[in-house]
Amino acid sequence: MGLDIEANKKLVEEVLEAYPKKAKKDREKHYQINTEEAQTCGTCALKSNIKSRPGVMTPRGCSYAGSKGVVWGPIKDMVHISHGPVGCGQYSWGTRRNYANGTLGIDNFTAMQITSDFQETDIVFGGDKKLEVIMREITEMFPLAKGISVQSECPVGLIGDDIEAVSKKMSKELEMPVVPVRCEGFRGVSQSLGHHIANDAIRDFVLGKADLAETGPYDVNIIGDYNIGGDAWASRILLEEMGLRVIAQWSGDGTLNELEIAHKAKLNLIHCHRSMNYMVEHMEKAYGIPWMEYNFFGPSKTYESLRAIAALFDETIQENCEKMIAKHKPAMDAIINKYKPRLENKKVLLMIGGLRSRHTIGAYEDLGMDIVASGYEFAHKDDYEKTFPMMKEGTIIMDDPTAYELEELAQKMNVDLVGSGVKEKYVYHKMGIPFRQMHSWDYSGPYHGFDGFKIFAKDMDMTVNSPVWSLMQKKEKEHVQKEEAGI
Amino acid sequence: MSKDRLEIPDYNSLFSEHRFVEQRLNKQQFEAPCSEQETAEALAYSQSAEYMEKNFNRKAVVINPHKACQPLGSIMAALGFEKTLPFVHGSQGCNSYFRSHLSRHFKEPTPAVSSSMTEDAAVFGGMSNLIDGLENSIALYKPEMVAVCTTCMAEVIGDDLSSFIGNARNKGVISGDFPVAFCNTPSFVGSHISGYDAMMKGILSYLYERSGLEAAPGSGEETGEKLNVMLGFEPYTGNFAEISKILQAFDTKYTLLGDHSGNYDSPATGEYEYYYGGTRLADVPLAANALGTLSLQKYTLKKTQDYITGTWKQQVTALSTPLGITGTDKLLEAISGLTGLPLPASLLEERGRVVDALTDSHPYLHGKRVALVGDPDLLIGLIGFCLEVGMEPVHIVCSNGDVEFDNVKFKEEAEALLATSPYGSEAAVYVGNDLWHMRSLLLNDPVDLAIGSSHLKFAAKDASVPLIRVGFPIFDRHHMHRYPILGYQGALNLLSLIVNTVLDELDRNNSGFNYDLVR
Repeated sequence: MGLDIEANKKLVEEVLEAYPKKAKKDREKHYQINTEEAQTCGTCALKSNIKSRPGVMTPRGCSYAGSKGVVWGPIKDMVHISHGPVGCGQYSWGTRRNYANGTLGIDNFTAMQITSDFQETDIVFGGDKKLEVIMREITEMFPLAKGISVQSECPVGLIGDDIEAVSKKMSKELEMPVVPVRCEGFRGVSQSLGHHIANDAIRDFVLGKADLAETGPYDVNIIGDYNIGGDAWASRILLEEMGLRVIAQWSGDGTLNELEIAHKAKLNLIHCHRSMNYMVEHMEKAYGIPWMEYNFFGPSKTYESLRAIAALFDETIQENCEKMIAKHKPAMDAIINKYKPRLENKKVLLMIGGLRSRHTIGAYEDLGMDIVASGYEFAHKDDYEKTFPMMKEGTIIMDDPTAYELEELAQKMNVDLVGSGVKEKYVYHKMGIPFRQMHSWDYSGPYHGFDGFKIFAKDMDMTVNSPVWSLMQKKEKEHVQKEEAGI
Repeated sequence: MSKDRLEIPDYNSLFSEHRFVEQRLNKQQFEAPCSEQETAEALAYSQSAEYMEKNFNRKAVVINPHKACQPLGSIMAALGFEKTLPFVHGSQGCNSYFRSHLSRHFKEPTPAVSSSMTEDAAVFGGMSNLIDGLENSIALYKPEMVAVCTTCMAEVIGDDLSSFIGNARNKGVISGDFPVAFCNTPSFVGSHISGYDAMMKGILSYLYERSGLEAAPGSGEETGEKLNVMLGFEPYTGNFAEISKILQAFDTKYTLLGDHSGNYDSPATGEYEYYYGGTRLADVPLAANALGTLSLQKYTLKKTQDYITGTWKQQVTALSTPLGITGTDKLLEAISGLTGLPLPASLLEERGRVVDALTDSHPYLHGKRVALVGDPDLLIGLIGFCLEVGMEPVHIVCSNGDVEFDNVKFKEEAEALLATSPYGSEAAVYVGNDLWHMRSLLLNDPVDLAIGSSHLKFAAKDASVPLIRVGFPIFDRHHMHRYPILGYQGALNLLSLIVNTVLDELDRNNSGFNYDLVR
């Protein structure tokens, strides 16, 4: 069943009325209603990956967040310096739940905040000398650290510090990789450029630097899984059960060595294409490694992806794949049988990162839920090209929607669930609209793979069907509005 | 319900399953991990006295500091005023971080906008971003005041807020009388508490100066401005209700300057309103006519206090967070001193009840060695509480306690306070240190309890010390901020929190025969 194209067009127009002229004109370019036409001509008019309007409460973060928070931060055996003032490192400390095995502060440095804590004097005289001292002290404090990365914050780029020269010098002195990452927050328009910059740094300083003694025909890499709540583990177990050998896992629970040997794989399997496509494309060019995007959200997409992966290997793997699917399917069916009746036809609005707004659809659809509006914080054109065909006709597709727009849409569309981040969450709780944080799985997870889908389904049921929502005494006004709208 | 029960292991139990343990071990062949022996040795070394010495000798690297940056505090200050939209001038990522950070503590929305400066603003300055941002945010979020603070980016390139806002008025983007308060909050100066102070002073001075009123201290008694009260960077919404209860018991007229409790404790009614409560803007200039001002975070509010003393010519009584019986006694004396009103009988009765509770619980607290982490004013309050119940503060770490106040530094005051009691004789105060230092302290000189924010949980776990969550941020426990910790009632809450943690530990660690029914 499609959604009402004209009604949704009108709805978007209504919402954007609140803006001043210039901002309205800009925001209009970031909306499209999914139609057959929109699908055939790709993204058509939908604008993405351009600057947010000042003053509108964009959900977006910055380059630093993309590099430190997503790409580099989860690499567990390196120390990542938040280079600049104290705040950036403090706010990104442990908030993405990138799980990693190891002992914190000994051989695992993920949930730590290591910073140069810039003071005024550092701004005036530059932080390069201090950076050298910091690096020496890191090797004293953390003797098992395998390397260091420098995550630049805004002032570092503005005052012209030469972190590249310091890193080069210290890499030699400390005899370990020291990687400068120019991810100052003012670069680019969102986290997205930070991912790119971080990928380039991996390419330039780490990739291909170590060898793998024995390679095999089934060697693959997991790329772009940040192990939120253990996602990468729940994914890896399926690939290994199928008979593949995962030689590197980027970057959740990842290690320096895995980054360095990844070029030895036969195939790159990429989950978060938005944040790490640069790497797989580079490895394809430089090492001839083919890559494929896969999706382990929900059983339908997982079966599909597993089969597509197996198809690239021999019959043994393909047989294993089918056996594995046959083995897990009853458990997945049991989950669907239990939860689908409780969730069927529930309307969902999603606004997440640069990929999950489309990647998670399969999981919702397996549970019979309808995505009525979907958007991204920092997606690019290619993401939208993939998104449109996955959505029902009439779905509202939105780029970088502001807090105001989301709130209006959620209310006017009378949705049953919103999936977005912590900045959005509590607003919807006030409104009485069930909400899940889909950046961090709301402190739950994993959501990937077969193990993950069980938790996903349970979490969605818990959220949508909790009796707490019925306790809310909504204001008169809203009842009247709903009656008028015939809801 | 149980009929169709399906086994769904969560992230806690799932990864202990054999298949995942096997996966973890198998993955090691690609990790090039350190050997078990190496790791064990490094762990032991990190717990040693030798390591502690090195740890305290480091000069440059900061590991797990207990502070955030200025604009975060500035947002909290702005949310203390009626229909005020916090506006962060700089890179938009900062604003997203502030909003997330505050929302994670309060479990509430944090409305704030940014001017979304990017590379071109870095080159040409952020004026057009600020002007466009004011136009958009006022149209969309309909505030009655915008409160602008800067990030380190805007500060490094030298953006001039005053002239930019003036230009926005000249361009007609905002009307001549629309209030836009502002302050400078570079992240490479001070911390979240000095940022709070900067915005508080920014708003008070801005609204006062544009009102055209001439401060006349004490003249407002008849019109209702008797006492001003400031709580500062206050992570407890419950503390606002508690201070109001105390002031009402005195039957004094008062104005809370900066009350964000409405914004961070609003009801779920089916509608989100953007602005919940806060100090009325019109009350700010009138506050200049009050008899005096009571500040409950004297280190946090240093510049604001100076402003009120200097420009409003008011008597300012500055205390640290009034925790415990003695701390609250001081609070009541201060209110009485400023207003000339007698101590209310109801509060004295409450005091008696809480003292009674303390006498009941003291055997479980007496002589307990405690580690404390927090902002300066909170720490002064906590030290006082510990000393009055016979707990012994041992390690006190303050990452941001370097703000001078009337030439007396926090460290000196803390040490002087500790010196007033034999229970303070073991204590050492570390200012400008971080939680990695605290880890060494906990491992080398063990304590019974740790008191501090969620960030202390890592060091506390390494040292196997139970953590009692007090302060900011508390991310990993719910609703702590709704229970007041100041005043006599707050003392009772703190006491319950601490003594019941001690009793929980006693039961958890019992050897069998002493699993007592009655404690």
